[in-house]
Amino acid sequence: MDLPLSDFRRQTVEEFDTSKLLAHAARQATERGYKNFPIVDVDSHHYELESFHEILEYMEDPVLQQLAMSASQSGAKGNGVMPGGVGYQDMGGRVTRYPLRKLEKAEGDKHRDITLTKRWMDAMGIDLAVMFPSPMLQLGLHPQIEVEVALSRAYNRWLIDRVLSHEPRIRSMLYLPFNDPEASYRMVKEMGSAKGVAGFMVTSARHRPVHHNAYVKTYALLEEMNLPLAFHAGYNWNDQAMGQMNKFISVHAIGFVFYNMIHLTNWLMNGMPERFPKLKVIWIESGLAWLPFMMQRLDNEYMMRSSEAPALKQKPSDYMRDMFYSTQPMEITDMASLEQTFRMIKAETQLLYSSDYPHWDFDLPSTIYDLPFLTEQTKRNILGGNAMKVFNLDLPAGKMAKVA
Amino acid sequence: MPEIHVAKIAQFPDGERRIVKHDDREIGVFHWEGQFYAYENLCLHQGGPACEGVMMHRVEDMLGPDRTWLGQRFSKDMHFVCPWHGYEYDLKTGACVGDRSLKLKRFDVVRRGEDIYVVAG
Repeated sequence: MDLPLSDFRRQTVEEFDTSKLLAHAARQATERGYKNFPIVDVDSHHYELESFHEILEYMEDPVLQQLAMSASQSGAKGNGVMPGGVGYQDMGGRVTRYPLRKLEKAEGDKHRDITLTKRWMDAMGIDLAVMFPSPMLQLGLHPQIEVEVALSRAYNRWLIDRVLSHEPRIRSMLYLPFNDPEASYRMVKEMGSAKGVAGFMVTSARHRPVHHNAYVKTYALLEEMNLPLAFHAGYNWNDQAMGQMNKFISVHAIGFVFYNMIHLTNWLMNGMPERFPKLKVIWIESGLAWLPFMMQRLDNEYMMRSSEAPALKQKPSDYMRDMFYSTQPMEITDMASLEQTFRMIKAETQLLYSSDYPHWDFDLPSTIYDLPFLTEQTKRNILGGNAMKVFNLDLPAGKMAKVA
Repeated sequence: MPEIHVAKIAQFPDGERRIVKHDDREIGVFHWEGQFYAYENLCLHQGGPACEGVMMHRVEDMLGPDRTWLGQRFSKDMHFVCPWHGYEYDLKTGACVGDRSLKLKRFDVVRRGEDIYVVAG
């Protein structure tokens, strides 16, 4: 494969192997003794469009299925069916695993996604990973609600059938077709107990008020089933606000907190933590720096305008300390600020390690393990112990003992 | 200090790089515009194999005399990019482009006859 470089140069690459790319990560895992305690990655990804034809086989609506199959056959996979488009995740080819992944060989009988996922998990020292899709993170922006429902149902059924049922180290929080509240409820009812399902996930890049009454029975069901609800951040360059920005760095930096800020604010100001006190809510892939801002901003306004949020019995930040957050992309730019953030969000019990691999801004477990202000126990809580409690996970006995 | 053989100079064309190992350390050696440069193959960010990434010229903005933005171009300065997350390093100094106070560990390169060695000290 020829990689296009600057100045009209080309670099020819014949092979790609994740284990080789992550050899330094494997060394970190050995040096830090990750084998001695469980590491759970609550946000990782695969590229579902590489299996798009398989997924479309699971689509139940024959007309939509034929439409999607035909559109996909005509151009690139997902073309004409999936929203999204403009974006430069590969950083102009600088992050080489994006273009090179198609060269990677996956031997064995298991699905390619299982083989490749376990390859990077083994390199990083991760015992268990929660897997999410990639392009489908923008499916909530699809203009046809029925297509969001049909595609997400097909994806979830495929995922359970072809991946989760075959690999106990991979779990998922299934995609909720949030633009259709009834379909979301049915999804939880139907698939909430399936093998490998650790909860449900709302892709945050969308325009639905999360406090709407239409979602109440779904939240109640999730609470009853003890399944966490996650909001997975994403960007949307087509949003009018985001459209003012001309760089991917700008849209990514702001977009990945923008929607979660809105959803979190709605969630709090409408008293959802009081109405669903046992529902575990996880905010994924917005990093951590937004949290002190939100706590201070919302507390300050609440003290003056508490009449507008009468369901609250505590300050917004108090509820935020009961929620869960994934670590990545962790802003390690000012250690004192980061330490303060950990204190503010009660990281020792509420923070969940996430890699986001193989995406461009992934974080290794060492981003947590090497922090100078954490105790060994807190590191282990964040890297795995907290997630095991949130998801009621089972791991080999030796590793379980390390958590207890 | 130990000298590690990198390559025969005839087999190490300008524009290419080699990765050599000494004990637990990996060193990336670059041949660029007639000179050799060597740095530890360990990204200052999360420890990625920085020297193994693509070599890309620095991108720069073009501004008009009235300070209006006229576009972008590749400059003559060469960078190499950590393949893990895109941290860019100046090939001639090893400085991290995002914060030039951060530098990769640098090693001396010596030529002995037709061979290139890196001083792994």
